[in-house]
Amino acid sequence: MPDEMLQLPLVNSLLERHKGSAGALLPILHDIQERIGYIPDAAIPEIAHALNQSQAEIRGVISFYHDFRTAPPARHILRLCRAESCKSRGAEELAAQLRERLQLDDHGSSADGSISLRPVYCLGACACSPALELDGRVHARLSAERLDALLDACREDA
Amino acid sequence: MMPSLYLPSDSLARAVGADEVAVALITQARERNLPRGLYWLEPLLEVDSPQGRIGFGPLTAADVPSVLEALQGDPSAHPLAFGLVEELPYLKTQQRLLFARAGITRPLSLDDYRAHGGFEGLTRAVAVGGEQTATEVFDSGLRGRGGAAFPAGIKWRTVRATEAAQKYIVCNADEGDSGTFADRMLMEGDPFLLIEGMAIAGITVGATYGYIYVRSEYPDAVATLRQALNLARAAGYLGANVGGSGQAFDMEVRVGAGAYICGEETALLDSLEGKRGVVRAKPPIPALKGLFGLPTLVHNVLTLASVPLILAKGAQFYRDYGMGRSLGTMPFQLAGNIRHGGLVERAFGLTLRELVEDYGGGTASGRPLKAAQVGGPLGAWVPPSQFDTPLDYEAFAGIGAMLGHGGVVVADDSLDMAQMARFALQFCAEESCGKCTPCRIGSTRGVEVIDRLLAAPDQSGRDEQVIILKDLCDTMQYGSLCALGGMAPFPVASALKYFPADFGLQASEADQ
Repeated sequence: MPDEMLQLPLVNSLLERHKGSAGALLPILHDIQERIGYIPDAAIPEIAHALNQSQAEIRGVISFYHDFRTAPPARHILRLCRAESCKSRGAEELAAQLRERLQLDDHGSSADGSISLRPVYCLGACACSPALELDGRVHARLSAERLDALLDACREDA
Repeated sequence: MMPSLYLPSDSLARAVGADEVAVALITQARERNLPRGLYWLEPLLEVDSPQGRIGFGPLTAADVPSVLEALQGDPSAHPLAFGLVEELPYLKTQQRLLFARAGITRPLSLDDYRAHGGFEGLTRAVAVGGEQTATEVFDSGLRGRGGAAFPAGIKWRTVRATEAAQKYIVCNADEGDSGTFADRMLMEGDPFLLIEGMAIAGITVGATYGYIYVRSEYPDAVATLRQALNLARAAGYLGANVGGSGQAFDMEVRVGAGAYICGEETALLDSLEGKRGVVRAKPPIPALKGLFGLPTLVHNVLTLASVPLILAKGAQFYRDYGMGRSLGTMPFQLAGNIRHGGLVERAFGLTLRELVEDYGGGTASGRPLKAAQVGGPLGAWVPPSQFDTPLDYEAFAGIGAMLGHGGVVVADDSLDMAQMARFALQFCAEESCGKCTPCRIGSTRGVEVIDRLLAAPDQSGRDEQVIILKDLCDTMQYGSLCALGGMAPFPVASALKYFPADFGLQASEADQ
């Protein structure tokens, strides 16, 4: 992706902001992902240089954490909670509904780039399970109908 | 005149529609308060009346016009009105020490916080000095609320006694266990309490800097804490002269990145250092060599938030709650297939049955109750025959279970325990940091063994897999470096023991 080079000034300004802060790699990666949407490959040598670490160390951290992406995300990110509390209230049926309706597996992205599915293990909404997070907002007490309505809304603005 | 209206702002209330209700109320509502933890009634609107606050819930935006109309006449006539909130037995019978301000104060109002006992603990800690403060924490009997239940006072004394140029306070707010949400509620709803607890810890053990490591799944908690830190700093509760003590302490919020293992204290420290969240071997303990190799006091949110009260009211006050060696109160969290999901803060010692049946009201589905998983995904599934066990660390250990962080996930008879056992190991495989072999490899092998067990055509085939599974659980339990691999066998072994039929086994086969 050649246009990644265009993002380097932004990456460097973010690196500058964290200069002198101890153990700043996670905050740096969060900042880059928040601004750019993912961690561009071209940013990795810059991060490594700024922190005086090897590129392998930086890549190792990125791949360890579920949150960090190395490619642009879909327009909508839907994370269905699959942990025990939500399972006890039908999360697996909702997961099957998602797979069926979107024709995706649990970690898939739709071909048109409109929606990405990701499992998540607990959103802290366990008193009102089942729950999901859509574009950063939690929806709890889900039902098959509410899930369909949320998906319809995603499709409409695609 | 319209009476004052109170509507919670926390993320779960919003997840079930509180924002839509607020929009519909926009011209009427007072600032949004922290929730009571009565989540089955959320969105819950409270309205002042001469007798006290009247509650309406669960509301939808469509109910707002009729509620506003009812407020002009007889509010109790509204179908969603349930009377005085504080008279609700669910709330009235609780012993709220940590969550005393729930439903009353606004999360980011220092004035509200001070008006309800805020900073009295810090004031006393400054007045009595570090030695006495550490003694008070020790004498209170407070134990780590994150799950391991290690006596807090021992950690405080250890860090305090260790000489170093720099020491740290680290708050573990990586509340990743399914069925738990008390940390989230406290951070979103009463952030100054955590800040006060950390400030007291800092000046007591001689640490000048602290970190709150919050999981990324809690963006509202992160935002609230960051605002609260700025307010507390501006008011002199953080900075060069904490609360007039002459000692410096400041802190920042750091955000996790979706790794469950970072709830383990040493993995959390590595993550804070900017590394992969890999578990460290102990010793050395973090109290001696923690963050960046320096002495570090690591505590869960609720442990640190318990400290201001202990200082303000004294160790004896706190010890008067609880039983045996489990002292004080515990915010239990009712989750899963439960009619009245929410937060129940009570002294240790009530039974699981009281919690699930009296407070929880049984299953939400109305189907028979099958089991409750206590203490998160690494906790045992407890069958109803053991529900009379008191909620006490030792009593739970005695039945091969654990109290952990106080989360209770209830399941009805439709939940397949063989699948839940398989999931426990699959989750462990997914979230293992990879450092030790029993956890890294054992979890994956465990999923395969359960699949073979469920597919076995005859009894001898099943017997063979049960023996392998039990052997594997034993290896993981005793051979893993941390609680992830060490306790993932708990839900597996308990499911096998109490629900053999779900694995296609006779009781005698599972029992051998």
